[in-house]
Amino acid sequence: MSASPKKRNRKQLPAPSEWNFELIEEYHKEIRRVAHGYGLDTYPNQIEVITAEQMMDAYASVGMPVNYNHWSFGKQFISTEKGYRRGQMGLAYEIVINSNPCISYLMEENTMTMQALVIAHAAYGHNSFFKGNYLFRAWTNADAIVDYLIFAKNFLAECEERHGEEAVELLLDSCHALMSVGVDRYKRPPKLSMEKEKLRQKEREDYLQSQVNDLWRTLPLQEAKASQLAERRFPSEPEENLLYFIEKSAPLLEPWQREVVRIVRKVSQYFFPQRQTQVMNEGWATYWHYTLLNTLYDEGLLADSFMMEFLHSHTNVVMQPPYNVPWHRGINPYALGFAMWTDIRRICDEPTEEDYRWFPDIAGSNWRETFDFAMRNFKDESFVAQFLSPKVIRDFRLFAILDDDDETRLKVAAIHDDAGYQRIREVLSEQYNIGSKEPNLQVWNVDVRGDRSLTLRHQAFKRRPLAASADEMLKHVARLWGFTVRLETADDDGNVQRTRECRVETRTAMPTVG
Amino acid sequence: MVRIIDRRSDSRNKSAVNRQRFMRRFKGQIRKAVADAIDGRSIKDLDNGESVTIPAKDLNEPHFQHGDGGIWEQVYSGNDQFSTGDEISRPLGGGAGSGGKRASEDGESEDEFGFQLSREEFLDIFFDDLALPNLIKTQLAKIPEYKSHRAGFAADGVPTNLNLVRSMRSALGRRLALSGPHNARLRELHKEIEELEAQTPRDDEAIRLLKEEATLLRVRIEAIPFLDTFDLRYNNRIRTPVPSTQAVMFCLMDVSGSMDEEKKATAKRFFMLLYLFLTRTYEHIEVVFIRHHTIAKEVDEENFFHSRESGGTVVSSALDMMRDIVRERYSSGLWNIYGAQASDGDNWENDSPRCKELLSAEILPFMQFFAYIEITPGEPQNLWREYEKLVGMHSNFAMQRIEKYADIYPVFRELFKKTLV
Repeated sequence: MSASPKKRNRKQLPAPSEWNFELIEEYHKEIRRVAHGYGLDTYPNQIEVITAEQMMDAYASVGMPVNYNHWSFGKQFISTEKGYRRGQMGLAYEIVINSNPCISYLMEENTMTMQALVIAHAAYGHNSFFKGNYLFRAWTNADAIVDYLIFAKNFLAECEERHGEEAVELLLDSCHALMSVGVDRYKRPPKLSMEKEKLRQKEREDYLQSQVNDLWRTLPLQEAKASQLAERRFPSEPEENLLYFIEKSAPLLEPWQREVVRIVRKVSQYFFPQRQTQVMNEGWATYWHYTLLNTLYDEGLLADSFMMEFLHSHTNVVMQPPYNVPWHRGINPYALGFAMWTDIRRICDEPTEEDYRWFPDIAGSNWRETFDFAMRNFKDESFVAQFLSPKVIRDFRLFAILDDDDETRLKVAAIHDDAGYQRIREVLSEQYNIGSKEPNLQVWNVDVRGDRSLTLRHQAFKRRPLAASADEMLKHVARLWGFTVRLETADDDGNVQRTRECRVETRTAMPTVG
Repeated sequence: MVRIIDRRSDSRNKSAVNRQRFMRRFKGQIRKAVADAIDGRSIKDLDNGESVTIPAKDLNEPHFQHGDGGIWEQVYSGNDQFSTGDEISRPLGGGAGSGGKRASEDGESEDEFGFQLSREEFLDIFFDDLALPNLIKTQLAKIPEYKSHRAGFAADGVPTNLNLVRSMRSALGRRLALSGPHNARLRELHKEIEELEAQTPRDDEAIRLLKEEATLLRVRIEAIPFLDTFDLRYNNRIRTPVPSTQAVMFCLMDVSGSMDEEKKATAKRFFMLLYLFLTRTYEHIEVVFIRHHTIAKEVDEENFFHSRESGGTVVSSALDMMRDIVRERYSSGLWNIYGAQASDGDNWENDSPRCKELLSAEILPFMQFFAYIEITPGEPQNLWREYEKLVGMHSNFAMQRIEKYADIYPVFRELFKKTLV
């Protein structure tokens, strides 16, 4: 920044309720200056102004600027539209896309204050989180996602032309159903890029098909080898990523179908970090919009009327309703995240004796460095386990309820007192652990020599059963696999408690065309 | 560097394709919802969309999830009464399960998924049931053409429609009205100044004050704008539908005990289709509902479809009444008369020949078109046999036996063919 804009900074920015492009640019300039002052490292920003209708479109395609076509997005659009028209639901103020450049949507209807809030929240808060957090760095490739979605959209359109809309739709239905079990939780996926995808797609098709054929080789094997084969399990290790397994090993899928499975898997994987960092990410963005705008206010740049409106929305966002009101929807990630980041700063700047006991590493440290460390290296689960302080627990008056279906009554397991802090931390951390939030399912075995049936294993966690949808889900797995699919539920000792089955008698189960 | 992009004028309706797919996917459910909606709306009411609801469970997207049961431990906020170790009874209705789910249960009902069908979508489904050929569908769904013509002046409009004479005239009027009081006062002032000047020396204080006021008034008068946006007048054009003829449509229905709700629903579609055809051809349409068992009665639409009587059937009573009404109200020759009769074919044996005579001699000569449908799965009844004799004699008579909705259209085939040429 040169000296001249600084001089002008003394002048208060105009604060009309109507926005215009010049004002957005002016506000953005100041917000960027302050954000850089705090050392926020971001992707370049692209701010797009859209209408409410376009916002609903964006909603319907899971927030992405392009996506392939499917009825479920239409359903999403219809229900968003309905809610919006009736005024039951306001639209989110912003959608931000983890891409490079980072795209933030501003809605036309918003006031100037709201636009400034969104710029600070999305274009600097979320954006810096996307760029810094290890999950996003490892799992998503911001440079390539938009290109990849364009590739996916075109590819699916081509498939529809060649194989019929219905065949593609049924395939997508089954893939979507398996989305949540179509991610690598622990493995690091290779980066994706449009160019590479296109180049390799054909190659991969041929290769995959040959692999599959090899697996199901019908030529008689040597006697000696056959006995070895009987010993061999397939897959040799249980596989947690069902879509990956199906893409690589389902015997009857055609090459284009494998590619579709792959696309859904990639998209699911792309969104996986967002599902794991809700509290951190929203809290981070909220902390920064609050801090950036307050800094600007302290510099005398923002009008009082601006601040009043801003604080009004900010307060709404970080409200945490108590458990006993009808609009309680669990812990509000914005509220918890904002409180935790604010508290981390407090621990750094003004540590108490309690903080020195609980956080010997960070109490009294440089807050910017601590923030950077925490933002880069954690996800919700570990963030809560590491940084949820007794003070935040007290402020939220958190308590844990134990619900064991062997007992007739619920039990209060911990409250906000010395004896309870640790337990509340653990329980809340567990609550954000996707691994325990969702059922643990793995590809267990394939009867390679017999009827080619696929066995999945559900490892019950704390005796929790599968929901009734499991039967429906098996049909989807069977549609992709093409042969009988079995689902075993095992208890902690590995004993199978219950087996569900979806029988497929013929090879024609998968809708094949041509 | 930041890029700020205005996307507001980019393509809208990105979701239109997905919406269409949704509609196609749940065609069965939507069609059923539309059928229910048709039963509930007036036969004249075909130009609106419809909000329909379909069962939410059909459009579920399943995932592997945890069900109720097992051990759950959840953190809640806002503890106001609990201590560690307290025991609480399970909330009613919710077994062991996640807190999130319980919370949404007392929210809105999630059993139904409702949404709005546009007029086109609604008609499309309506036509689909009736198996209309595509050409006819487009013809029927067409919104009537409009012709625009002048209708006075309006205070707003597009610049090309600006009427200069009118605008200048109202500007003049406004200037006169606004400057009137000032001018009057100015005249008074001049008079006073003259009088004062006659009596006192020229540089008197009073005269100076008066002159100042006069100057001020002149400034005010000049400040009145010559032309204000308020003065602008635009040529007003309004659109009127092109076909400007009128028709009357007679709906005749047997409401004797043997006509059950299902048969009435079929009859209703039959009437609707005729009505829809008429709306595309005529601007003004009146509908007369006559129901009959042994005696005929003119009723409103509500009673026509929804009241039930028992007893025998004398069809000629309705035809008599129709003839009388035509003579009384629609005889001027300005009316195009259409008739549609629905019955289960049951009639008093000796009455059927008379019906044929009535139609042939006294009714059909005045009619554009008369259609009869017999809604019955069984053997043709005596009325059908008598009416059959009319088919060859009169080109404006059509009849059809109907078992399902798709049978309705052939009745009108001739009618629609005529207008297509």
